[in-house]
Amino acid sequence: MIAIVDYGSGNVSAIADIFKRLKLPHTITRDHAELKVADRFVLPGVGAFDTTMRTLKESGLIGVLSDEVQGRGKKIMGVCVGMQILGDSSDEGVLPGLGWIPGHIRRIDPSTINGLPKLPHMGWNSVNIKSDSPLFEGVDPERGFYFLHSYYFDANDSESVLATVDYGNKLPCVVGSGNVFGFQFHPEKSHSNGMAVFRNFSLL
Amino acid sequence: MLRSRIIPCLLLHQGGLVKTRQFKEPKYVGDPLNAVKIFNEKEVDELMFVDIDATAESHEPNMQLLRSLAVESRMPLCYGGGVTNADQASRIVATGFEKVSVSAAALVRPALIREMSEAIGSQSVAVTIDVKANRLFAGHTMYTHNGRQKHKQPLLEFCQQAVLLGAGEIIINSIDRDGLMEGYDLDLARQVRGAIDTPITMLGGAGTAAHMQALIDAVGTVGAAAGSMFVFKGPYRAVLINYARPPRL
Repeated sequence: MIAIVDYGSGNVSAIADIFKRLKLPHTITRDHAELKVADRFVLPGVGAFDTTMRTLKESGLIGVLSDEVQGRGKKIMGVCVGMQILGDSSDEGVLPGLGWIPGHIRRIDPSTINGLPKLPHMGWNSVNIKSDSPLFEGVDPERGFYFLHSYYFDANDSESVLATVDYGNKLPCVVGSGNVFGFQFHPEKSHSNGMAVFRNFSLL
Repeated sequence: MLRSRIIPCLLLHQGGLVKTRQFKEPKYVGDPLNAVKIFNEKEVDELMFVDIDATAESHEPNMQLLRSLAVESRMPLCYGGGVTNADQASRIVATGFEKVSVSAAALVRPALIREMSEAIGSQSVAVTIDVKANRLFAGHTMYTHNGRQKHKQPLLEFCQQAVLLGAGEIIINSIDRDGLMEGYDLDLARQVRGAIDTPITMLGGAGTAAHMQALIDAVGTVGAAAGSMFVFKGPYRAVLINYARPPRL
């Protein structure tokens, strides 16, 4: 059972709809007992870093998620700002992140981008897959994914960068460390490539 | 490489979808939920909904409808129409829309753009500006309330102000060209592109994929939005939802 963590931020229903289409057992929940029996988690998130972190804190779910993910090694995927809060800290805010993948969230430097537009990074972009992770099975990297962001995950360990996107510099767009994964783009809004990512995560 | 976005723009009117010409003669073209299902299958880049009744009749965004559209959609969504405060923007994002557009309320009170960007992030704040070309001198005049209310502030100055306040995208909608399918106003696109560095989207005038390619050739990576060309087919404007796009994308 995949639990989509319903802490009050992000597009839980669109993600649930994908799992429904994939015919994969899933639930949208903030119930501790349900989170404890789930075998993996999706952590959505939209908006500013601090707002998202504060919302997660106020939901009272950090303890149980930490036990299940850090303690029991269950797999989790963060999406968009749900990915960013897996890091240690952010240029966008002052609150600490969860720190489950070592790294800092930086604002994209607009001076690195040739031509216009600059920020936000908005639209469909190709990705460069950097790992043989089964997460990318069936993904067409040229077609890529839908991006909508001005900040990116600058991972401390280059080994945890699983894919990058060219926007000015090569920016990490999929990160992973052990059982914790993060996706900067919106897989729930990326048609067949996005569906492939969710299917692959469910099989990890 | 970041690609241009080809965006169907659908107008919500009295619970259904309509298409107008120069903001007049709304013609019924179908059901919004059904349109989302068809565009899912066609794997469109982005989809934009505008409630053309909301500001004109001063009613709030229809959250129940937006939620049902968002649950069904596997593509990014933008909503515009009747948004007057940051709380509404947050609730729209919570239904599953990626972007929220403001127009009339931001022209009256530009600080709304900052409030929205603080609530939902700049990347999710779009400012839509309806414009008409001036007959007597070069340039364009901004309008709201479905083209009935005129604004004095110069267009490019307002675009720059909106970006400074935190707009992540500027959407320019040409009232003169709406529904005519004769091509975008490329000079207007160049002027706006030259004034700001955020993503821009042009709406109004596209009739063929070649019109969209001409826009991309003129201003580079851009949002190319259209209504008529994605809902009509043939000279008699038979309703047929389709997703014709430039072959090079």
